[in-house]
Amino acid sequence: MTSPASSYPPGSAAFPHRDLVGIGGLAPHELLFLLDEAEQWVGFNRLSQKHDDRLAGLTIINAFFENSTRTLLSFEIAGKRLGADVVNMHAGQSSIKKGETLIDTAMTLNAMHADAIVIRHGSSGAVQLIADKVDCPVLNAGDGQHEHPTQALLDALTIRHARGRIYGLTVVICGDLLHSRVARSNILCLTSLGARVRVCAPPALMPAAIEQMKVEPFHQFDKALEGADVVMMLRLQNERMEGQFIPSPREYRHLYGLTEERLARTCPDTLVMHPGPMNRGIEIDSNVADLVDRSLITRQVEMGVAIRMACLDVLTRGVRQVEGWQ
Amino acid sequence: MSVTPPLAIINARLMLPGETQPVAGVLRCVDGHIAAVGPQVAPEQSDAIHDAGGKLVTPGLVDFGTFAVDKPAFHFGGIVRAAVMPDNGMLDVPSRVRFVASSGKPDFWVHPLAAATQGLEGTRLAEFGLMKDAGAKAVATGRRWIADSGTMLRVLQYAAMLDLVVCTHAEDAGLTGNAVATAGEMATRLGLPSAPAEAEALALARDIALAEIAGARLHVRQVTTAAGLDLVRAAKARGLPVTAGVTPAHFMLSDIAVAEFRTFMRLSPPLRAEQDRKAVIAAIADGTIDVIASGHDPRGPEGKRLPFADSEPGMAGAETLLPLTLNLVRDEVISMAHAFELLATNPARLLGVNSGRLEAGAEADVAVIDPDRPWIVDSSQMEASAGNTPFDRQPVQGRSVALFKGGAQVA
Repeated sequence: MTSPASSYPPGSAAFPHRDLVGIGGLAPHELLFLLDEAEQWVGFNRLSQKHDDRLAGLTIINAFFENSTRTLLSFEIAGKRLGADVVNMHAGQSSIKKGETLIDTAMTLNAMHADAIVIRHGSSGAVQLIADKVDCPVLNAGDGQHEHPTQALLDALTIRHARGRIYGLTVVICGDLLHSRVARSNILCLTSLGARVRVCAPPALMPAAIEQMKVEPFHQFDKALEGADVVMMLRLQNERMEGQFIPSPREYRHLYGLTEERLARTCPDTLVMHPGPMNRGIEIDSNVADLVDRSLITRQVEMGVAIRMACLDVLTRGVRQVEGWQ
Repeated sequence: MSVTPPLAIINARLMLPGETQPVAGVLRCVDGHIAAVGPQVAPEQSDAIHDAGGKLVTPGLVDFGTFAVDKPAFHFGGIVRAAVMPDNGMLDVPSRVRFVASSGKPDFWVHPLAAATQGLEGTRLAEFGLMKDAGAKAVATGRRWIADSGTMLRVLQYAAMLDLVVCTHAEDAGLTGNAVATAGEMATRLGLPSAPAEAEALALARDIALAEIAGARLHVRQVTTAAGLDLVRAAKARGLPVTAGVTPAHFMLSDIAVAEFRTFMRLSPPLRAEQDRKAVIAAIADGTIDVIASGHDPRGPEGKRLPFADSEPGMAGAETLLPLTLNLVRDEVISMAHAFELLATNPARLLGVNSGRLEAGAEADVAVIDPDRPWIVDSSQMEASAGNTPFDRQPVQGRSVALFKGGAQVA
């Protein structure tokens, strides 16, 4: 059902980029290439013995300037399963707090001869800025409100596993789109792969001119859900809940929460996704999040490791002198 | 005090007030002032001679609203006077105003703009009566808008009493918040904090209404949107003493230039949509905009080599002001004469200084300009203290080839 169906140019022509900074700038066949590369790791990760040595001897630095548990863990596991030496750098422990500039930090990481750097940063564009200054592949693990490409790829892989395809599906993304890099990357990825994307948010959390990104904007969640194949809920940041952008969490739940009753009014096979961490009882109800046959939330986490293994593998083929990728 | 010997600039194509085209002739300077200028004027025996070689001879540029006194860059750009904003060095007390007012002499004159409120915090009026006596030529709200309407009204009333223009920054602070871009497709794609372009018209509408109550002269340093320009146009039609300025960035660039997070494009106000850029050009052509200024604000790498939203706003603009304005002449948006009204005559009049026009009796602030001379902007080789130009590597035309301040050659 989910076997690689696409054909690609040979060798590095299938993915002719040094870095993975965003979904923007990638062609549809390049996205499919990464998804197909990830397929082998999905099965592999379910084995009891899950160790591969293809990245043995390579150093991967996870430089996280913003707090993260899930994404950091996912990248760390992905690197280690492929045999790489993985080092994590947290902003809290770094010299950033001593006033070192981002560029200086990048130059320092570069001087340590990392073979790949995974970066999360709170400012849009920060990862590109670092990528321009270092000599090794850079993977964006989230930059400000700009992009989070591996999240979009793992979401696409999850949908493809559940539905067998992405093309022609109707996907609803609901929540704080204004501040969401997950939403931006998903919009780019899903529209590029031929899905119809609807976005739903209260006006204060809807980015200006979002329809220019080939999506259909909605303010009424029930309308957006009509005929949807997948509904992707976004996390509502705690600091935005009280008064400034929405009146209160309970009002938000009333209008935009994915409740059992609301889900019951949609197609019986509409699938539920959430990038995590969830605010149970606010944007998503517990009994919806835990629906065994409709919630893909834990599957997303599983696919995340496979996608990150594929990305680390593909981006280090140059340094590993893989045939056709030198 | 040294006395500058009499000077005659010969072989000049003179940009004279009231003329739409340059006129061949001679300009004579005596005691730092223009003694005679025109086609019938001849050099006298004792005059030192400067042969302009048939080049354009214009008033030296007067740059209204810069953030740094950066003499080499100004001289490169044909600028002889700059009205400097109160932000850097906090010009809210007479002593600092007096210091800045004398800081460039004799070869470059700096006209301080007094801070409208103490510390530019927008709450308590600064002593602009004393600052006027110390050399301040206008009052300015700084990089920010004064959010409190009561405070702004009192600033305008007080300035009107002292016959000082109030120079305001038109962005409604409540709407802009921490925005670094104009709301629209580009900001949305890049995930940058953004504010609607209407923040400008909102701020302008209030400031114009308050200026009318106060009977004050209001100069909006940068008007960058179609809606804002419509308000200025309407105010002028009603006879209100409202003037508007702009910098070349807002008639040369739109927010498409922000793509790839280029921090040299981080400006305040931010770059706007393409239709606003076109509205700025139309407003320059129809006289709604009175002043084109450099907005000169050099920022080193420590302010610019940062993620876009964390970087400082501003551009080094003194060197590119002239050639980019001449683009409008080459594109037949404005005449050559109109260009120098925007660059010299109008800003000098706003400041109330005897400069900005080639007329007997005016101070001999004169530029010799080759309007067609090609050169390439290079951020690594600028005279300015930092090379943060949005126009890096762009080919341009037009250079000041000689510059005179008070009849003495300074560049």
